[in-house]
Amino acid sequence: MSKIHVSTTINGDAAEFLCDPRETLLDVLRDRLGLTGAKEGCGTGDCGACSVTLDGRLVCSCLVLGAEAEGREIATVEGIAPGETLHPLQRKFIEHAALQCGICTPGILVAAKALLEKNPDPTETEVRYWLAGNLCRCTGYDKIIRAVMDAAAEMREVA
Amino acid sequence: MRYLSPASFDDAVALAAEAPGVTRFLAGGTDVLVQMRADIITPDTLIDIKKIPGTHDIARTPDGGWTIGVAVTGAEMREQDDLGADWPGLVEAMDLIGSTQVQGRATLTGNLCNASPAADSVPAMIAAGVTLTVTGPDGNRTVAAEDIPTGPGQTSLAKGELISAVHVPPRGAGGGDAYLRFIPRTEMDIAVVGCGVNLSVEGDTITAARVALGAVAPTARLVPEAAAALVGTTLGDAALDALATAASAACAPIDDKRGTVRFRTHIAGVLAKRAAKIAYDRARKAQ
Repeated sequence: MSKIHVSTTINGDAAEFLCDPRETLLDVLRDRLGLTGAKEGCGTGDCGACSVTLDGRLVCSCLVLGAEAEGREIATVEGIAPGETLHPLQRKFIEHAALQCGICTPGILVAAKALLEKNPDPTETEVRYWLAGNLCRCTGYDKIIRAVMDAAAEMREVA
Repeated sequence: MRYLSPASFDDAVALAAEAPGVTRFLAGGTDVLVQMRADIITPDTLIDIKKIPGTHDIARTPDGGWTIGVAVTGAEMREQDDLGADWPGLVEAMDLIGSTQVQGRATLTGNLCNASPAADSVPAMIAAGVTLTVTGPDGNRTVAAEDIPTGPGQTSLAKGELISAVHVPPRGAGGGDAYLRFIPRTEMDIAVVGCGVNLSVEGDTITAARVALGAVAPTARLVPEAAAALVGTTLGDAALDALATAASAACAPIDDKRGTVRFRTHIAGVLAKRAAKIAYDRARKAQ
């Protein structure tokens, strides 16, 4: 099987890789580029653990082929923190203990960041619906929602 | 598997026509990639249509209708306020599908061609009178949305044919549409029953109507008897009861974990009434 050469941008940096036509973007990120933040939960777009943005749009990277990344801009959880400083969402997740096992956390951070860029002042209901595609089996969600609401409030004050 | 991304529909058709074995077209991939992973399908050729110019566009046509590109996502439809003002039912139906992540990829055309009887956008498309341009080796033909699915997972598209554009008719004055589905929770589920209603009014009287049902038959279906129960009425109790009776009579559902035959048949009537009320209110406000 011949491989496909793909040139793309990941977290602002140019990236190139070779992949099989059937490989998903999630496979490429984890196995070829060493970006293991995005997790594989279900592999069928149900759990959201592999969430990334593709040209700014929130998607499940398990439902995108690596070959589709050609010429696109991808953002993963590895790009959320500016340098050594945690992103407010990351800090609030720690403060609120909004994670236990942590498998869902990278996807939720990416999804929550995408929400706050679109809507800096969401209601709790809007946060819950936006994150409905990010499954967490540990926390019961309340702490996650509180962390996102608190981060949103802090980001509005700074902005 | 070969992955191809042609730059025109003519090229896509030519590639599909000569491709040996199993060919699939890729738009949002929310069904195709899941089916590939589950080994339900093993394509020899996967043709990604998203590099074709125009496939990401939502455009108003000179007659006041809309042309929606086949790669336009649910999220993009939701963000096009004028489309939602004309056809709120269609946009809401698409918006009900899956999560935020799925909305970032899923398309109307994919939902139609996946041919699930429970596809949420399909009854709304049928009710709205959506037509599709089908491009194949013999050129283009125009097909009504209700004529694309022929059974669960089956469509009327021949080898080498694909949908190249979605056409939504002009809304016109005094028109409104609505789509409702029943699921046992509030989000992220598959329709037990779905119902789309599209109607036009003059004053308080309904002058035209289309009613479509999903998840109650092997395909989503247009129900002319249900529409006939609405036309000429002001949506009084008698009209609503006649609508519900006609909707329930059109059901030929299966019993499964999501709902029994009896439940689905009853709920089809209930949803038809509720969707008709919403569409009627929207239509009267749009005069």
